[in-house]
Amino acid sequence: MHALIQGVILGVLTAGVYALMASGQTLIFGIMKVINLAQGAMVILAAYLSYQLHASFGLDPFLAIPITPVALFVIGVAVEVLFLRPLRQGDKAELSLLVTFAVALLLEGVISLGWKTTYRSINTSYANSSWTVFGYQITLVRLWAFLLSIGVLVALYLLLNRTRFGRAVRATVQNPESAQLLGVESRLVSALGFGLGSATAAAAGSVYGLLYAFHPGSHYDLISLLLSIVVLGGLGSIGGAVLGALIVSVSSSVVAATISPAWSAMTFFVILLGVLLVRPQGLFGSPVRGAI
Amino acid sequence: MSRVGVLRGAAFFALVAALPSFNLAHWVLNMAVFVLMYAVMSSAWNLVGGFAGYPSLGHAAFFGLGAYSVGIWFEHHHLTSGLEPFYLLPLIGIVAAIVGLPIAMIAMRTRTDVFAIVTITLLFVAQTLAFNLHTFTGGAQGLAIPVAPFPVGTFERPFYYVLTILLAVAMGITWASMRSKFGLSLESVHADEDKARGIGVQVTMVKLLAFCVSVGLVAMVGAVWAYYESFVYPQFAIDPLITIAMVLMTFLGGRATLWGPVLGAVVLETAQQVLAYQLGGSQIYLVAYAGVFLLVMLVLPRGILPTVTDRLRQRRRRTSAAAASRSAAHGGITVPKGEAA
Repeated sequence: MHALIQGVILGVLTAGVYALMASGQTLIFGIMKVINLAQGAMVILAAYLSYQLHASFGLDPFLAIPITPVALFVIGVAVEVLFLRPLRQGDKAELSLLVTFAVALLLEGVISLGWKTTYRSINTSYANSSWTVFGYQITLVRLWAFLLSIGVLVALYLLLNRTRFGRAVRATVQNPESAQLLGVESRLVSALGFGLGSATAAAAGSVYGLLYAFHPGSHYDLISLLLSIVVLGGLGSIGGAVLGALIVSVSSSVVAATISPAWSAMTFFVILLGVLLVRPQGLFGSPVRGAI
Repeated sequence: MSRVGVLRGAAFFALVAALPSFNLAHWVLNMAVFVLMYAVMSSAWNLVGGFAGYPSLGHAAFFGLGAYSVGIWFEHHHLTSGLEPFYLLPLIGIVAAIVGLPIAMIAMRTRTDVFAIVTITLLFVAQTLAFNLHTFTGGAQGLAIPVAPFPVGTFERPFYYVLTILLAVAMGITWASMRSKFGLSLESVHADEDKARGIGVQVTMVKLLAFCVSVGLVAMVGAVWAYYESFVYPQFAIDPLITIAMVLMTFLGGRATLWGPVLGAVVLETAQQVLAYQLGGSQIYLVAYAGVFLLVMLVLPRGILPTVTDRLRQRRRRTSAAAASRSAAHGGITVPKGEAA
């Protein structure tokens, strides 16, 4: 029972980071109908960037969060303009999968050129401190990571619901043609939206670097995880992504705590298949186009 | 696809079969073995991803299934002639098809992009399984397979011929389905699955059949690969790059064509081997590969074959139109030949 509750606590705390990564992915899908297979690679790139900032300037990874998203925002906009925009509308869904996978490989190659292929981790002074509440351990880093992820998610929510840009994004998600007729610059929204999704990945990456050791190939582990979360919650739904992250994270850490860590990676796939059997569109996804 | 097509196929396979007798260097023949492997796999992928329009990213899981089947078979058997694993191939193909059936039944409830996601997840889960099921797969240490007892001078030949046969089977299936109701049904699934179901196409049956045949072929290639390399490691046997190579080769050559995947495999696998050899290591090589990949997608989004055939058709149309206008100037009877071409 103790292990179970400890697993749940760990799962909930980790879910924040997953939700952050996945919300960027689902945002990109909502706007452009593009599944960004490079999302994981962008997370890892951001982890390396904040590793470098920490190693060179002693900058705390939490303080690096305003910096890495800006860098990744620029990269994201560049990827959209250079590689995704030229694709023809008819087979964009299929081709964009390949293009974003190629971008992931490119990023992986660039990372391993810059930082070699060994494992890296960010060691801060507080990396190992933890609180004990009613006999359950809560590591400080995870708690901060969780709170920070919630903060970024709230900011994202406000951006989408309280600003002109957010309204344009939601309009594009619901109906791109009508949005265009009403004067929304869909090309601009796509570019900025892809940048925003990448920036979210970057914020998550700085936190990810604090929690786990990583190497250039780590993004492969993230791809399946993120995609399962996004499909589970329903493609294009940020609320769904948060719920999906909770389900995936809690179930796999409970399995890791009670059965065996080796099987925790299997858990989300079983859940994913189960959900798809009942609801092929995911928990929150609409069969056609939905709201974010 | 008429007599010319049959002749073209016969000429191609005669050339492929004759290739090893030119006393090529080992590295050339080794490269040819890999080109053939990818040609078979791309042709197989094309059935699902090209004709039916279901872009599976999980085929490498079945490649791994085939590879591990051979590895596990060797745990209990010994080699005498060295050809035994080849006799096993049809069985491995059937097993993979049976394993693929329930997976396809669930995964194919989803369409294009979600299907791609579900299958790529399957790929990573298969890799996790390969790492974790120590008793069967040996975990991260993998399985060692005895080296095939073929003479050193002609070591590659048996693998080469077996893969040639597999390529003939894969292309034969593609060719037959392009001429039959099965192929038409697949195309209708690609064009509009709901409408196809509405007018009475056995949608579920044809797409499941295509998936099972496709993964069966890929598993057989995986088995040959494992025997050729004489080891099976989880990260190489179930590698996302293998999946992506199949997809990319099919896209490069031309989706839903007979020769496209083969052409793509020849071009890309040769380029890949040369790049890996020239640039060494995995680092610059990875960047170069990704660069080639992006370039292909941007310059030839429809693939080489469809682009070239379109160009040729346009030129033919233009020349025949020119001929028609010339004959019109001479007072002859004009026939709008351009439309017939």
